[in-house]
Amino acid sequence: MNRIKTLFQNKKEDILNIYFTAGHPNLNDTATIIRELAHAGTDLIEVGMPYSDPLADGLTIQQSSSVALKNGMHLDLLFTQLKDARQHTDIPLVLMGYFNQVLQYGPEKFIRQCVDSGVDGLILPDLPLFEYERDFKALFEANDICISFLITPLTEDYRIRKVDELTNGFIYMVSSNATTGGKADADQQQIAYFNRIEKMGLNNPRLIGFGISDHASFSNACQYANGAIIGSAFIRNLEKENDLRMGIHRFVSGIRQEVHQ
Amino acid sequence: MISIDEKGYYGKFGGAYIPELLHPCVEELRLNYEKIMTQPDFQEEFHHLLRDYVGRPTPLYFAKRYSEHFKANIYFKREDLCHTGAHKVNNTIGQILVAQRLNKKRIIAETGAGQHGVATATVCALMGIECIVYMGEKDIERQAPNVKRMKMLGAEVRPAMSGSRTLKDATNEAIRDWINNPSDTHYIIGSVVGPHPYPEMVARFQSVISEEMKKQLLEKTGKANPDAIIACVGGGSNAAGAFYHYLNDEDVRLIAVEAAGLGVHSGETAATSAIGTEGVIHGSRTLLMQTQDGQIVEPYSISAGLDYPGIGPLHAHLISSGRAEAISITDKEALDAAFFLSRTEGIIPALESAHAFAAMNHLDYNEGDTIVINLSGRGDKDLAAYTQALD
Repeated sequence: MNRIKTLFQNKKEDILNIYFTAGHPNLNDTATIIRELAHAGTDLIEVGMPYSDPLADGLTIQQSSSVALKNGMHLDLLFTQLKDARQHTDIPLVLMGYFNQVLQYGPEKFIRQCVDSGVDGLILPDLPLFEYERDFKALFEANDICISFLITPLTEDYRIRKVDELTNGFIYMVSSNATTGGKADADQQQIAYFNRIEKMGLNNPRLIGFGISDHASFSNACQYANGAIIGSAFIRNLEKENDLRMGIHRFVSGIRQEVHQ
Repeated sequence: MISIDEKGYYGKFGGAYIPELLHPCVEELRLNYEKIMTQPDFQEEFHHLLRDYVGRPTPLYFAKRYSEHFKANIYFKREDLCHTGAHKVNNTIGQILVAQRLNKKRIIAETGAGQHGVATATVCALMGIECIVYMGEKDIERQAPNVKRMKMLGAEVRPAMSGSRTLKDATNEAIRDWINNPSDTHYIIGSVVGPHPYPEMVARFQSVISEEMKKQLLEKTGKANPDAIIACVGGGSNAAGAFYHYLNDEDVRLIAVEAAGLGVHSGETAATSAIGTEGVIHGSRTLLMQTQDGQIVEPYSISAGLDYPGIGPLHAHLISSGRAEAISITDKEALDAAFFLSRTEGIIPALESAHAFAAMNHLDYNEGDTIVINLSGRGDKDLAAYTQALD
């Protein structure tokens, strides 16, 4: 069974999903970062496929993507690294990137590589819902690869229902209308949005992302969803730590703190 | 029949490949733009401003000496005589009126050479609306006079520091700004690129060019249709405007001229339709210059306005279906054409437009054909490049 589906079947709360950009800080850090994140107690890992024009991303992820591309990251290498990482861990892995990357690689070949290297799901924020349904849904489902679509505070209810229908795995709930890496203030408006989604009784579990950076914002998000996603804050941490392994453990235990108590 | 379908595709090109974060902004525009731009009060204000502020209709000029040289009847559509010096203002006038009707209080734009930035800053000053123009850090250095013009007009020019720090990155920055400010901001895209409905909306604002052309040709020659229309294409807004009312007139050849830079296969080029492949850029499925992994390749042209790695989806459709013919022109050919035009007709063209004129040397036509060249902008901004070429 798909590891994402297994995870959400067994665990309903405080799910920690951490994003990093493959090829950053160094080209061959991918397997180490995945292994250490898994050891440190992360539940799910989102591996960013670095892209030249990452529209939805703020400065931190843009810069890490530029570094990764300069380091020489490309998709064939990434799949090899993931296959290697998969030897050492059973943690669910999600690939995140932009639709053009999949389109150029060839969707069939891309999905085959996902299966071969133990990838469980995809997030492609600029893939239109109707196009997924028309052209790719059958392919994803036949290979048991999950897909997560995004919703935001401004997504209309009918689209949220459509997202819920097409998503399998988890819904990516964007905390506020902003690119990645900003601040998530738990204001009244945001809480109203979280509650509105809760009341919709969606089929898929939800993870909150964008602006989650520390223990406080993580545990707050966990009150309103099954867990949360941290990206930019983790990347900034990787950049300042000298020891990759120690840095990852320190970061994850800092996020977890009292949530486990 | 060439037209856009309900999902925003011209054939297989177009659509809206955007993150959900951008969906409300684009959807608001998609649901309203057509309604707004066909309202009588909008049409009245738009045409009034085009006439009294922009200076339309622009002349269709019969170029006698140029025609003698090429043994054809050659007309120039004088978009260089528009206020601000190029066709770009046709679109910014249209979009600022749409923005006002959507109650937007803040305008953002991207610019490469600075012409669209200046045209946007101009209409924002005219309407008293806040204006922020994103411009690649490299382009800010290369195009200093236009940066000063924008500032004088009251706009804030923000450097795009990411990626290659040129037009494509300025576009990314503008899109990110819009994601972060969805309710009060309108994004005035400068070309027939971006997610649906932008390519069609911008083409319709620019279509005033071919609308006038038809009337003017009929008056001057007794025939509304020329044998060919030539226009340069970066994203392709002046070409879209010059072709628009002729798209379904199969007797008119449409010639799209791209910038070959140092040569189509030199690795330093912006000839998108020649070396590009199908993919997604700035929210639109079209032809673009990219690696096998789908990373967008940085283009090169001496002309900052043609220095774009994609092409509008309408043009991708016209070229790949064979309705339009693509010609690529190198930096050197464009410079030569600019000097030749200056000295035969007394008109210094923009470097972008000079590419369209250079295409005359490659075009296969019959003696006596009627040909319209869209003179999209004037060359004042390019004096530094021209002076350098003289030395």
